[in-house]
Amino acid sequence: MIEEVETKDAIKTQEYFVNMGPQHPSTHGVLRLMLELDGEIIKKVTPHIGYIHRSIEKMSEKDSYRQIVHLTDRMDYLSNHMNNEAVCLLVENALEVEVSDRVKVIRTIMSELTRLSSHQLWWGVMGMDLGALTTFLYAFRDREMINDIFEETCGARLTVNYNVPGGVMFDIHPNFQQRVKDFIKSFKTKLPEYDDLLSNNVIFRQRTEGVGILSKEDAISYGVTGPTGRASGFSNDTRKHKPYSAYDRVEFKEILMDKGDTFSRYKARILEMWESVSIIEQLIDNIPEGDIQEPSVKQVIKLPKGEFYQSVETARGELGVYVVSDGQKSPYRLKFRSPGFSNLFVLDHMVRGYKIADLVAMMSTIDLVIPDIDR
Amino acid sequence: MKEPLDLTPLTQSIHDYLLSYLSPFWTTTVEWVIIGVLLIAFVALSVMGLVYIERKVAAFFQLRLGPNRVGKWGLLQTLADFLKLLMKEHITSKNADKFLFNLAPFIIVIASFLAIGAIPFALGLQAMDINIGLFYITAASSIGVLGILIGGWAGNNKYSLIGALRSGAQVVSYEISAVLSLLTIVVLSGSLQLSTIIESQSDGWWIFKGHLPVFIAFIMFLIAGTAETNRGPFDLAEAESELTAGFHTEYSGIKFAMFFLAEYVNLFIIAAVGATVFLGGWMPFHIGNWAAFNEVMNYIPPVIWFFFKVGFVIGLIMWFKWTFPRLRIDQLLVLEWKYLLPINLVNLIVVAFIAMMGWYF
Repeated sequence: MIEEVETKDAIKTQEYFVNMGPQHPSTHGVLRLMLELDGEIIKKVTPHIGYIHRSIEKMSEKDSYRQIVHLTDRMDYLSNHMNNEAVCLLVENALEVEVSDRVKVIRTIMSELTRLSSHQLWWGVMGMDLGALTTFLYAFRDREMINDIFEETCGARLTVNYNVPGGVMFDIHPNFQQRVKDFIKSFKTKLPEYDDLLSNNVIFRQRTEGVGILSKEDAISYGVTGPTGRASGFSNDTRKHKPYSAYDRVEFKEILMDKGDTFSRYKARILEMWESVSIIEQLIDNIPEGDIQEPSVKQVIKLPKGEFYQSVETARGELGVYVVSDGQKSPYRLKFRSPGFSNLFVLDHMVRGYKIADLVAMMSTIDLVIPDIDR
Repeated sequence: MKEPLDLTPLTQSIHDYLLSYLSPFWTTTVEWVIIGVLLIAFVALSVMGLVYIERKVAAFFQLRLGPNRVGKWGLLQTLADFLKLLMKEHITSKNADKFLFNLAPFIIVIASFLAIGAIPFALGLQAMDINIGLFYITAASSIGVLGILIGGWAGNNKYSLIGALRSGAQVVSYEISAVLSLLTIVVLSGSLQLSTIIESQSDGWWIFKGHLPVFIAFIMFLIAGTAETNRGPFDLAEAESELTAGFHTEYSGIKFAMFFLAEYVNLFIIAAVGATVFLGGWMPFHIGNWAAFNEVMNYIPPVIWFFFKVGFVIGLIMWFKWTFPRLRIDQLLVLEWKYLLPINLVNLIVVAFIAMMGWYF
């Protein structure tokens, strides 16, 4: 694989390999990238995954549908609500159960709060990857407020496990609406700070603009979804195309960019935060009354025979759950289509010819969560 | 008229006292030992102070509290960290070039110590007032890059090698800008001797006297100085998110601490040179012929003026580090060779013209 490169002075240089990870500050977990380098120029990137594989899909074949929900928290832990929601929606659709409007609205608010918290963390880490260490704690200051809201209503901050098939586990806390409103009010003043600190910085713009361009065709053929794909102009927002929960009754824009470079992917997420804020604002005062759990869903759920598919939009892209049921209390086979997996493998295509520093920036804008890739 | 506090009588009396007991040769020897011990003690203390200040400043920028558990207000945190590093194992990887690997931290520390010897701390408080002081400091501090290159090579780690080569390219380039911006003041004051440069600012610091060109030179010096000390946004040699720890990835324990020490000594040197050359060193704040005002200012001892100014420059450099993202290596070199260097050259010609026509205050 390693070949010698002839230079004009007849001094021979050699391409070399560097193992980036599984322990590396900017692979955000235990991802291992094998870089083939010529000096600082990247010739090839081979991602090696599986360092945090916990066989969640196989475990699901032994678990009941109520138990599967709590495993999904451990996949993309920053999109915990959406992961839970995907399994719950699938079970409800398969059982042909309609949950109450109250549950739909609560789920939507929770999902958008999760999206906000995920994007906040991503923003902080993106700054850190580019060497601006201060962004991380600014992001955590705001993320803390969301985690407090989760803690109060769900009892957990990260692995919330709030959705259950047929509804949500508990009703919202009496403080919930007020705290969400407080958060929205404060975050609307904080979000412009993000632009001041990072987006409008000259060095940041130079590092990101025109770097790592992913064309729309490539985004589609690699199956790149979420903000990463939408920054290349690929309209793939599940919330728009296949609305679930209360997304059909709120107004929001699908953020589409046309350049597809690192900065577009960055900007897409910043704009998406504004959209999430707007969705929450539309719903928070209009939570209808109703049951929080559908009484017709039994404790032991048996899905009818057949194949079912449900997709939701997580903070990273389209999460699909595919279940083959043979009528038992556990699925015969369960498969997660995780957004991170598809998004990761476009990295090699994007990064060739760029430098190590650009690789870190691109990896950051793909917004990888390794447990989501490995499952 | 109150003159600034002069410490020359103090040092002179020590010299005379020693001379009354010892031969001139032994007097000089003893004086060198005293100065050496004092400088080492000063460096150790000031680095600990700087690390503490840096952590507090970073905490201030990042909405945190910073160290606050070890000692009052966390003042002993750096000492605790130092003791921890002292007791850690020295790890030398199997394929490392052991001699060079152990040599590199010493080179980088020695270079910093050499440079700090010529810094004028106050009137009469300067170890060596040589007639090419400014040239000596820049020359001595540029040896440090050898330590980085050797350390990065000898560790036999690809990350360190990339970091070291980046650092080599960076320091060699930015040295030019730093020296060119310092040359503007050499042209204006007509001397490379630091005491003469400070004396020439007794009626106003160069940054005020020299109009816009000197201000530009000061900005250039700040940028180039930050790059020379390998600090953010120019910390490409270390580049935590890309190269884990850059050139000192393989170093552990006290050898790592020596790199760390050198980084902060270099920060102090850059700030001290900047303060001395552009902001008047220990010279109190004087305005032209305002005798009464100047006299009041003279009551503040020079050493306080010096550390106040150094603190100001260090504060600026820390502000950069905790605000800006890191540049990429090609952008870094483009910034130097396409922007800073031409601006500096033109600036130097303008300053030379100003000096020739006597158009400064």
